Amino acid sequence: MTVGLTDQAPRQGMWWIGLFLVIAVLVAIRAGIGEGMGRVYVQTESTSYAPVTGDEGRVTWSVVAEGTAGAATIERELFRTAGQYRAAEAASPGQQAIRMSWDRTIGLWLAAFFTLAVFSFLAGDNPAYKFTESIVIGVSAGYWMVVAFWETLVPKLLANLAPDMVKAWCMPNLEGGLFHLDALIPLGLGIMLLSQLTPLGRHVGRWPLAFVIGTFAGLKMVSHVESDIIEQVRATMLPLVVVGDDGSFAVWASLRNMLIVVGVLCTLAYFVFSVEHKGAVGRAARVGVWFLMITFGSAFGFTVMGRIALLAARFEFLFIDWLWLIDPKGDRGMTVVATLVSCIVDMT
Amino acid sequence: MSGGLDRRWIYLAMMLAVALPILWNGVTGKTFPESPTPPSQACFDAIEALPEGSRVLVSFDYDPASEGELAPMATSFMRHLMHKRLKPVVIALWPLGPTKAEETISNVIKADFPDRVSGRDFVNLGFQTGNEGVLKVIGTDFRKQFPVDRSGTPVDRLPIMEGITKAGDFPLVITISAGYPGGKEWVQYVSSSNPGLVLLAGVTGVQASQVYSYYPGQLRGMLAAIKGAAEYEALVSAAIDGDGVTPPRYTEARRRMAPQLFGHLLLIALIVAGNAMYFAQRERKAVAS
Repeated sequence: MTVGLTDQAPRQGMWWIGLFLVIAVLVAIRAGIGEGMGRVYVQTESTSYAPVTGDEGRVTWSVVAEGTAGAATIERELFRTAGQYRAAEAASPGQQAIRMSWDRTIGLWLAAFFTLAVFSFLAGDNPAYKFTESIVIGVSAGYWMVVAFWETLVPKLLANLAPDMVKAWCMPNLEGGLFHLDALIPLGLGIMLLSQLTPLGRHVGRWPLAFVIGTFAGLKMVSHVESDIIEQVRATMLPLVVVGDDGSFAVWASLRNMLIVVGVLCTLAYFVFSVEHKGAVGRAARVGVWFLMITFGSAFGFTVMGRIALLAARFEFLFIDWLWLIDPKGDRGMTVVATLVSCIVDMT
Repeated sequence: MSGGLDRRWIYLAMMLAVALPILWNGVTGKTFPESPTPPSQACFDAIEALPEGSRVLVSFDYDPASEGELAPMATSFMRHLMHKRLKPVVIALWPLGPTKAEETISNVIKADFPDRVSGRDFVNLGFQTGNEGVLKVIGTDFRKQFPVDRSGTPVDRLPIMEGITKAGDFPLVITISAGYPGGKEWVQYVSSSNPGLVLLAGVTGVQASQVYSYYPGQLRGMLAAIKGAAEYEALVSAAIDGDGVTPPRYTEARRRMAPQLFGHLLLIALIVAGNAMYFAQRERKAVAS
């Protein structure tokens, strides 16, 4: 039976609403069992610092006792586990030293929602996934802009052009404090690059691009020749007959070296296209194809391993940090799954 | 399998293959035994060979996207270095690397080695932009790229940095890398130009096959993906804890090996089944024609 797109859309919409409702009900049930789920606890730590003038008139800040005259106090929140919170409550009911952090708890729930929204793409494209995708792209773009400003423009350009202003503004430990005339070169190249955005300045923008490409090519060429050609060729020049320290013939080491040398030569033979792949060259090339296939297979296996590890890490986040189903680190001192299993074992 | 099995059943099967072992591990606390492969053993041996007090350059070249694979490696490296009373000098070529380094320092050094002092026994010098440009410069002038530590203290005032002028002054360099810039660039720009320098790399699964060709010549040892992390974690645990109980935060990589086993078994079964169906269909078509 053929179902048109117009017929499918409302049905798919209902399917997604149903799925999210089921998840919401399951989460609500889980939240009602035991001590609940998905809370983040923090403890505020205060440290007082006082200025100390040392040699050469340098001012450094040293840790001092709280309440010291002229001291500045910095507060920071340290993560605490649910187990630590429970212990503190048992010792002193209503204590405020360890408390639930609302903003961090909301962050945890948002992270769980985004994780589930990304997973939902496996079932099909949907608004939750699209929303999450947009958030990721927006946050990444914003983050990179901030990084570029604070890690490149300020310390590498402005600090060289206007050191006194930068020191007073945002880099109190900036040393040297000299105006560097050569910093005008990257500034000029940067302005020329930006001129690509205007129709009249396109030809001007090619010069900094040429500079970047030329520098990069030069850097890469030297390192590639050294590490990927010379060193790799050297690594292939192996003795085919290996003799051990005691003078005996090392069978496995010899076989391994032979395999490496044969593998390299046969794989290279496959890529020699100026000679027809017939006779000895053809046979070597076919063996080379096998080596290539094994290489691709191992690369695929490694990729699968990496992806499963990342998936496992996300599941651990959902099960341990959000749902509080398990507690492998012993942070909470109790788990729902462990409690259920022990109940079943006791019953049987 | 067009018109046959909906691919979403495969996703569901993979979800169960990965999720159930995690729950099983969470309930029982059991992990599979690990026997080290030569690249992981080489990492362990390289650190063991260093005399006490040696300074080790550790580069955190990853971000949260690869944390599942690389954070256990970082934790094990840091624990091993601290146990051997070595002094890690931490840098990062990825902008979020310093944050990951701070997490590792907090989880390992501040939790289990509280007597170690920042600036004397370890230091986090933060991130520097420039990718391989940074590596090229630290090969000749380390302080030009990292003039201050993460809190803004000039490195000239840090005891741990005394006598360090270039990357080659470190007897050992470790990179924990998720891609570009990472293990490959460290080999190309640092290892190759400093023949005496020992370089270790912990890499993701995707990167492992690219970096493997550098082992054991340009890379003394490497941890390939979560399997390498689990092997190294087991070696470090055996050396430090012996027959005693390893704290759970130091078993993270081994806990992720049970999902690996069942995930891979499922994938192998699917590949075998897919091929069997393909050949069966081809046979049927040949008979029909």
